[in-house]
Amino acid sequence: MADVKRVERPLSPHLQIYRPQMTSFTSILTRITGNALIVGVVLAVWWLLAAATGPEYFAVANAVATSWFGDLIFAASVLGVWYHYLAGLRHLYFDAGHGLEIETAERLGWACIIGSVVLTVITIILV
Amino acid sequence: MRYLTDRKRAVGKGAAGTGTEHHWFMTVTAVGLAFLVPAFLFVFGRALGQGHEEVLAIFSRPFPAILTGLTLVVGMRHFAKGAQMMIEDYAHGTARKVGIIAAIMLSYAVMASGLYALVKIAL
Repeated sequence: MADVKRVERPLSPHLQIYRPQMTSFTSILTRITGNALIVGVVLAVWWLLAAATGPEYFAVANAVATSWFGDLIFAASVLGVWYHYLAGLRHLYFDAGHGLEIETAERLGWACIIGSVVLTVITIILV
Repeated sequence: MRYLTDRKRAVGKGAAGTGTEHHWFMTVTAVGLAFLVPAFLFVFGRALGQGHEEVLAIFSRPFPAILTGLTLVVGMRHFAKGAQMMIEDYAHGTARKVGIIAAIMLSYAVMASGLYALVKIAL
């Protein structure tokens, strides 16, 4: 068995083959937002840890967290968390066997995107 | 020769080598976070931008503290398992193992730091 014959098997079509679709795009975006959220969480926990440590350290962390850079991270995180939130609910709905018709799935994708923007605006106004 | 049928060897083994526990864990934590995250965003968003004294006052109250602790623990476990899924899809061999271990370690480090801060503020 030293010389195993390699068989040219057909590969299943993947990202390079399919043209971008609503369903694949919203699925990948779920993964990106979910994993990227760690940046905002680390900044938030650092800020909280600084608050627990003392006034001087809090001043440093608070200056970073409320700077334009901190605002950018937290604003992006709010958008990311709402998108991931809605996409997660959609995932639970899919898991239960609903909404899997292409038209419905695509409409739910738009709902996630538009819904996350709307919820982000509401969140920023509210807090 | 192993005295096992093919079916017996396949039972309980998905692509990850285990059964559906991972998926079920993500489902459970997702539902939990669906309740926690909106409340946490409200509490944290209100606290951010306030002075040191106000921030300490907010997080020394039971509801914001317990909510933040729960969101951190459930959220970081959810993150670690989600990041593991991503790493398993794109990395192989040693890079996969190192990546998964790093993601789990990061999640526990963030969790421990946040809980320490909450306890210190509360005491």
